[in-house]
Amino acid sequence: MSARDPVSAILDLVIAPEQPWSAVVKRGQVLRIVDCEGRQAVDALFYRADDLAERYSAQDTLREQRNAYVGIGTQLISSEGRPMLTVIADTCGRHDTSAGCCSCESNAVRFGEHTRYLHACRENFLLELAKHGLSKRDIVANVNFFMHVPIDPSGHFTVVDGISEPGGYVDLLAEMDVLCVLSNCPQINNPCNGFNPTPIRVLIWDQRR
Amino acid sequence: MVSMPTGNATAQANRRRYEELRSIGQGATISALPAATQRGTADIAPASLIEEEEVPGGWYSTMRLRRSEVLRLVDLTGNATPALIAWRGGHPAERMNLADTVKVQWSAALQRGRIILSDMGHVMFSIVEDTCGAHDALVGGSVCATGGDAGHRNTRANFVAAAGKLGLDRRDIPASLSLFSPVSVGPDGSFAWQQQRKASGDFIDLRAEMDVLVAISNCPHPFQATGLEASRPILVVRHHGLAYGASDPCNNVGAEVIRAFARTNRLCK
Repeated sequence: MSARDPVSAILDLVIAPEQPWSAVVKRGQVLRIVDCEGRQAVDALFYRADDLAERYSAQDTLREQRNAYVGIGTQLISSEGRPMLTVIADTCGRHDTSAGCCSCESNAVRFGEHTRYLHACRENFLLELAKHGLSKRDIVANVNFFMHVPIDPSGHFTVVDGISEPGGYVDLLAEMDVLCVLSNCPQINNPCNGFNPTPIRVLIWDQRR
Repeated sequence: MVSMPTGNATAQANRRRYEELRSIGQGATISALPAATQRGTADIAPASLIEEEEVPGGWYSTMRLRRSEVLRLVDLTGNATPALIAWRGGHPAERMNLADTVKVQWSAALQRGRIILSDMGHVMFSIVEDTCGAHDALVGGSVCATGGDAGHRNTRANFVAAAGKLGLDRRDIPASLSLFSPVSVGPDGSFAWQQQRKASGDFIDLRAEMDVLVAISNCPHPFQATGLEASRPILVVRHHGLAYGASDPCNNVGAEVIRAFARTNRLCK
């Protein structure tokens, strides 16, 4: 558990279901993402603030830690091999970074064309990234906080019911100035949000405590 | 403990539908996958060959394939672990997406009978032949710190250079697929390398299901014990493909794949 007190946070806001959010988190600051009601996936992309072409790399992150899941102690590594953020607190225990974000197009393939015109994380990312001069080519394999995707030794790869409880959170220490872009996942066709998208909360503290 | 969902009828119907799709995707679909290609079979007839080149260890190549042409990669020594990325020809904002590839097929075990998706829900490649059946979609290639020579001759540098020659840049490099790279995932998430699943002469045939641009980097996998000092040439072949007729190994394996092909056929009309 973490001693960081919301009263001392420099930012504390609720992100409604299905909505995106972005902000630059400065080196040394701590970003907390709270799963307010439990079992709500939060899709996250990260970019180096002073060189947006350097961005989060799921594959570099997994290679460096030689483990398939994000959890306490994970360093989120950039495409240039540098640590961007470190997971310094985590009430959930396991987060995904191999399943990507949902999109209208992948939903149509997975669940049928009738699901194509439903809001999706990539829609959120496209709109939020556009505020920073970024576009679809900048959307890489992201982190899915609070999303449970066990990878079976046989290769079975399944989004299953989340294991994060109401009020669960993850704290990320910025190792460089990082543009953080979140999508509060709107998916209703798989268990990543318990088939019912709910609010999340983000807080930023000015220094590590 | 988290309580069970108490959602409305729509949520419950969506859950039932998901469980049904999962049951088929991890049951009947897997049973319908074709057997691995036998090593030493599926030779390319001379008339079918379009071009071929040998790429030495540490180096890279790019290739353009038209829809229906086939990219064959051959591990000539049993050491090679080439990494691959791809873009849609003429529309490079559409690119290979391994997350969607494994999610849509309910499996990270890419092998003969599976497809590789773009980020727009289209089929980029179908794996029509594959002797190895052990490819790594999770970890990707090397960077200078973990394999290859200092500063260059690593997969990251190779992809930056390859993208540059195609008029693309660092922003365009997606996650890569490492071929002949047997990475397993343990129950705790730990990765292991299964060298015994590799053999000299392993090859894979990736049939282009749209016009594509590919970049191939021939560097050691970061988990592989042997580095660039080991001989690791690969053969990169472009050919017209084998004739499958009604017994195509890829077109019919699972509802998701059928939908992806339908979308791709509309795109390419």
